[in-house]
Amino acid sequence: MKKKNGFFARNAQLIVPLLSILALIVFNLFRDPSFFSISLSVNNSGNTVLTGNLISILNGASELAVLAMGMTLVTAASGGQDISVGALAAIAGSVFVKVLRAGEITPVTVVVAFLLCCVVAMIFGVFNGTLVAVFKIQPMIATLVLYTCGRSIAYWINGGASPTVASPILTAIGSFIPGVPIPTPILIVALCGVIFALVFRFTTLRLYTQAVGINQRAARLNGINAVGIKILAFMILGICCAVSGCIAVARLGYLNHETVLLEIEMDAILAVAIGGNALGGGRFKMAGSVLGAYAIQTLTTTLYAMRVPSTAVKSYKAIVIILIVVIGSPMVKEAFGRMVGRIKAARADGKEAA
Amino acid sequence: MQNDVVLTMRGICKSFPGVRALHNVDFTLRSGEVHALMGENGAGKSTLIKVLTGVYGKDAGQIAIEGKEVAIRSPQDAQASGISTVYQEITLCPNLTVAENMFIGRDKSALVPWKEMERKAGELLRSLDIPARPKQQLSSCSLAVQQMIAIARAVDQHCKVLVLDEPTSSLDDNEVAMLFKLMRDLKSRGVGIVFVTHFLGQVYEISDRITVLRNGELVGEYKVEELPQLDLVSKMMGKELDDLSAISVSGKETGAKGETVYEAKGLSSAACPNPFDFHIAKGEVNGFTGLLGSGRSESVRAIFGADRVTGGSVTMNGQSVKVQKPIDAMRKGIAYLSEDRKDDGIIADLSVRENIILALQVMKGFGKPISQADAEAFADEYIKALEIKTASTDTPIKSLSGGNQQKVILARWLLTHPQYLILDEPTRGIDVGTKTEIQRLVLKLSSEGMSVTFISSEIEEMLRTCSRLIVMRDRHIVGELTGDALTQDNVMRTIAGGGN
Repeated sequence: MKKKNGFFARNAQLIVPLLSILALIVFNLFRDPSFFSISLSVNNSGNTVLTGNLISILNGASELAVLAMGMTLVTAASGGQDISVGALAAIAGSVFVKVLRAGEITPVTVVVAFLLCCVVAMIFGVFNGTLVAVFKIQPMIATLVLYTCGRSIAYWINGGASPTVASPILTAIGSFIPGVPIPTPILIVALCGVIFALVFRFTTLRLYTQAVGINQRAARLNGINAVGIKILAFMILGICCAVSGCIAVARLGYLNHETVLLEIEMDAILAVAIGGNALGGGRFKMAGSVLGAYAIQTLTTTLYAMRVPSTAVKSYKAIVIILIVVIGSPMVKEAFGRMVGRIKAARADGKEAA
Repeated sequence: MQNDVVLTMRGICKSFPGVRALHNVDFTLRSGEVHALMGENGAGKSTLIKVLTGVYGKDAGQIAIEGKEVAIRSPQDAQASGISTVYQEITLCPNLTVAENMFIGRDKSALVPWKEMERKAGELLRSLDIPARPKQQLSSCSLAVQQMIAIARAVDQHCKVLVLDEPTSSLDDNEVAMLFKLMRDLKSRGVGIVFVTHFLGQVYEISDRITVLRNGELVGEYKVEELPQLDLVSKMMGKELDDLSAISVSGKETGAKGETVYEAKGLSSAACPNPFDFHIAKGEVNGFTGLLGSGRSESVRAIFGADRVTGGSVTMNGQSVKVQKPIDAMRKGIAYLSEDRKDDGIIADLSVRENIILALQVMKGFGKPISQADAEAFADEYIKALEIKTASTDTPIKSLSGGNQQKVILARWLLTHPQYLILDEPTRGIDVGTKTEIQRLVLKLSSEGMSVTFISSEIEEMLRTCSRLIVMRDRHIVGELTGDALTQDNVMRTIAGGGN
């Protein structure tokens, strides 16, 4: 009677994002076998680094991947989405730039600037979380407030259109650390992943978040502080916004409050959905969302590599996304399950007959 | 009463991955009869109903309406064939009016003849004697009336077969009587009614025939007068019942054995505004009784801090304590199994294992997760101890039957090793076998020194287990019965207010 589910069954949720990435890769292989060549080359600053489309996909998806991690948690706990992440990342980036422009840029000031923008982003996260958890406002409406005013706040913090910052330290964060051939943003995403894994390993955050997301009343009667868990999820997403805002600033060397990480909230939500996580909350797999983020970036890079005019990229993207979400939809899954069942039954019959 | 066969199901088979839910089951329904479908949890009642109503497809077998074979692939097919269903949870729209609920979605025309609709609704309500007005908002009707409106909606679609799945589980005695009157009325109009319930008394009150299922197989079809209650129970359980009454002997012996474990003075909460006093001794089993809405659940929820506590003082083992919210109560060794299993108990999508360890985990704290291995061991231990039927510890709790879900929740609280366990309607909506198991478990726990407060709508159940009954009426405690005064008669009289 006691049967453990296999690895495959436990991670079935990851099949769709993995398959979509795989399909895009195969498509690219046929289109242009050199698409995936990775080579070592020397860049402008004299570092030996890895280059190639795969690397730039992983690199380019970094901000999105970090946001998708936080968005997964908010989605699971609140059953809704935060549409203010792009705006909040702009605010965080703006704080980062403001502190760095105040004096000479040293490793210490960078750390201080980062910690400060984490604190600011966490406060905004608590603001969002309070609207959702205490005032029971729909997450999308609650975060609409910050979505609307966030980029203005980002402008107001620096009081300039696009302040620039330049320093070897920022270059190290935004592109390469001398001597390391892998782009730093990729390493930052990996670090975030490890931190989340450790948090899930050494706290009950996953269990509580899922319990609150599935049945808040029951969670409360089991002693869980449901309001606290929701606010915590928004706080953690705030930190993710700070991280991706800082990556973006370090990558570009300036902050344009109007365009930085524009519309990334929609991609983050999409990454969560492609990752097979229910947007209505409850059970979640963060790895799914991260894979979803890479799938989206692979798609974007593929389209640009095909020289699709940038004005048309979005339409092509939409078509592929329709395919992905339909394949991952409950109807298709059910049909697939029935098919597998029939095949299994047929096999069993065959054995019996033999 | 006519007696021509209206529905026949022959050789119905249905399997789910790993489970054979129905095997070669026959079922025959005659027009103008109430036919009770009985069986324990997992016997296949719900599956048979769902096959009949098109929710599940069948693997094999035939279904015929009035002798003509029909293919039922969806709930719409079922309705077109004249099969209507009213589920346990009412599936109407509470924010629409009674008339709208009765007629909405019935035809595809976009134009709604409001006046006509209200007139028809009024006629139907009158003819079925349902105390509701067409223009009234549905949510302002009592649960029983809502249930009757759901039935009226079904009946007006010219149904030949009406399936009532646990219609009485949230109704009080008066409401049940109202519902039965409606059922008798429909019977006389020639509707065949399939009646699924866990209340044996109701089966004998209203049914003409009984079909018993066990482990997905047909045990037999009987006329009510030919199957005494005890035989029915033993057929459902598949063994000669070591009679329910056998455990009643110990019931009265669970008197106060020791010092007071919990005492509240002037306790009140947002949901329970009238302050009350309450105490329970070590190893005592007591109970709150009263009609639905009399305040018995609200009282125990106040003890657990489930609603906002507004006043009163609490002492536990002689020491003054503060219980403001559930976690306070849990830390003091109080456990509360809530009345509403679906909304307040299970975390539907989480596994049996996660559901079992939840309360213990919360008590241990945020930074001290229970290891996978320990969680697995705890789950295995309680699955075995309470005989929970589940495919694995990884199975989501929502795919278990009601009784097994209840056992999982019970396991969750037992795992916290409480000194005081509150069980609010632990036996509602579950089968006779599990009911008996739970009653036995209560007595066993109390003999080991646990204090238990037990609430049930079935007075017999409370008389069997409790040594002291607190009687409530209109949100006030109106009496307390112990010892020889604990008789059904006395309880009824106290509830009704005829003195004790």
